[in-house]
Amino acid sequence: MSTKTEVDIKFDLSCPAPLPAKDTVLLGHGSGGKLSAELIRDVFLHTLQNPVLARLDDQAIVNVNGQRLAISTDSFVVKPLFFPGGDIGSLAVHGTVNDLAMGGATPLFLSAAFIIEEGFSMDELRQVVNSMQRAAAAAGVQVVTGDTKVVERGKGDGVFINTTGIGLVPDGVDLSADRARPGDKVLLSGSIGEHGIAILAQREGLEFETQIKSDSAALHTLVADMLGVTREIRCMRDPTRGGVSSTLNEIAEQSRVGIEVEERALPIHEQVRGACELLGLDPLYVANEGKLIAIVAPEAADALLQAMRRHRLGAEAQIIGTVKKENPGLVTMRTPFGTTRIVDMLAGDQLPRIC
Amino acid sequence: MKYLDEYRDERIARALAAEIVQRTTQPWVLMEICGGQTHTIMRYGIDELLPRGIELVHGPGCPVCVTPLETVDKAIELSLRPEVILVSYGDMLRVPGSRSDLFRAKAQGADVRIAYSPTEAVKIARANPDRKVVFLAIGFETTAPANAMAAWQAKRDDLNNFSMLVSHVLVPPAIRALMVSQTNRVQGFIAPGHVCTVMGCKEYESLVRDFRVPIVVGGFEPVDILEAVLMLIRQLEAGEAKLENQYVRSVSYAGNVPAQQIMSEVFEVADQKWRGIGPIPQSGLRLREEYAAFDADRVFDLGEISVDEPAECISAQVLQGLKKPPDCPVFGMRCTPENPLGAPMVSTEGACAAYYHYRRHMVAS
Repeated sequence: MSTKTEVDIKFDLSCPAPLPAKDTVLLGHGSGGKLSAELIRDVFLHTLQNPVLARLDDQAIVNVNGQRLAISTDSFVVKPLFFPGGDIGSLAVHGTVNDLAMGGATPLFLSAAFIIEEGFSMDELRQVVNSMQRAAAAAGVQVVTGDTKVVERGKGDGVFINTTGIGLVPDGVDLSADRARPGDKVLLSGSIGEHGIAILAQREGLEFETQIKSDSAALHTLVADMLGVTREIRCMRDPTRGGVSSTLNEIAEQSRVGIEVEERALPIHEQVRGACELLGLDPLYVANEGKLIAIVAPEAADALLQAMRRHRLGAEAQIIGTVKKENPGLVTMRTPFGTTRIVDMLAGDQLPRIC
Repeated sequence: MKYLDEYRDERIARALAAEIVQRTTQPWVLMEICGGQTHTIMRYGIDELLPRGIELVHGPGCPVCVTPLETVDKAIELSLRPEVILVSYGDMLRVPGSRSDLFRAKAQGADVRIAYSPTEAVKIARANPDRKVVFLAIGFETTAPANAMAAWQAKRDDLNNFSMLVSHVLVPPAIRALMVSQTNRVQGFIAPGHVCTVMGCKEYESLVRDFRVPIVVGGFEPVDILEAVLMLIRQLEAGEAKLENQYVRSVSYAGNVPAQQIMSEVFEVADQKWRGIGPIPQSGLRLREEYAAFDADRVFDLGEISVDEPAECISAQVLQGLKKPPDCPVFGMRCTPENPLGAPMVSTEGACAAYYHYRRHMVAS
């Protein structure tokens, strides 16, 4: 075809109008990304504000008669209820135990509230409760109070569980996401992305050569070992929904520092990398349920790393980055090519790409 | 991981970059067509490894970004009908139409489902005979065979509750439109490897010949991009214009012939509007007459949806490679991935979103 016969294309400017004000709750508001942060800031914090809540840590730490008490609550709406490496019962224990542990607390007691859908199998419910009991016993906590509600068929999704936990924070322990300082080191307790990919694979019926198991585990004994080595730990977080990237972004934001991650240092298992490549997902945004990130004083980093690696749940621990004064509020990554890029917090859930 | 690690190997990448530096004697403007390639360039900082004189401009190859606003509006309208199950590729759900997006429609009660493959939508139609299943069939030549297969299966099974809302775009007519545009600056193209896996290299011959422009079919990993740039630079510095294939592990000259056959059985070439660019003649695909019963545009009475769009962003210049995203006055300010004003900010593969996600710190400094 000759170019002479063709019309010169007029490139029109065409842009959509911005969307109207946010007047509806979207699934993305529960993703752990920017929409979740906005929801918490604009709706909850705005109305319920007090200094303890405003710290926005995974747990509240309050002083009761001279004792520092950690309180945390979490709701579990996972689907499927049973997945490789765990189920909603064990997850409901691990999730709340970990939220307490990230404040340096020794977890003591849990409450458990069940919202059950009419028609749900009694046998499956027993399995969930048994699993919960095993997880609680292994973690050394007791479920001391609870609640049950049954909703009409179609108004729930099998079973939802809420657990609230309380624990005690030892003297001299002060962990908070606003304490990161330039020069601090960023430690990660092990390989990332396993819980999210295990759930997704089960939900979508995807099969891989080796089954990917959720990393769901209670981290408080690992935390205790770490605090046994040094108190020079600034903050700890477990990178659950939203993954490592959301957690690091929250810390960077709350401490008003930059965080630079070494891409090469990130532990990611081959099966998870493969699954993420296939599904068009980035493992940095995939949920974990048995990993922690610790921001620590630089001089304490090596001793802590060794202590973590001696624990079963920290065997693959790595120093993955450094806190910087440059780019406050941003997380950046050094690529193996020596270039840097931003590791952004996603707006909502990570979406599989078209191609 | 095999077939990935070697294409992300920093030693190979640095060696390629060094050879590019050595061979470059003057400035060149190159365009990578595909959004996946733009994404890799930004994610790994490939442009930082290149000599200053080589400018990479980012092409229109983000399928989500160039899907017309009207198509998104139609999909939203259909999804809100109680009898409809709207099935879509995941990243279309956040794409804003003129007033809403599919996530918001879902929150209003629309039955919107994500599929990895269009044939999943056919399965949903079989399983829900009392509902009408509409698949939002968008994309370049890459997704066209699978989308065609879905329509073919539905016809074979005589399904009367399955249809597709089609918005398919083709790469070669877009390159032609860029080349005939009087404002064109592009001197060499990295053609999209996945599109060419389906279509082969052959249809790019005429572009090379008509415009004397070098085209290298390239892959999506950092080493692929650098090798493709090197191949273009070698040609440009030697005053040559040839069609070459860097992505030999996936692309053949003839392409995937059975895939092309099912595409042409189900689809025919038609005029197509590109979001952010405008109409380009003969640059899209529509369902053939024999498949009219599976064409959501004909099955449903959608009326004429036309949209007034305020001319605020500079997406047309960005998608033609005339401007870079940070040149836009609203970039990162009023226009962000959470609230995109223009097509290239919509999907992670869009040029503006790639800059926003990976490079804001440099823009700011």
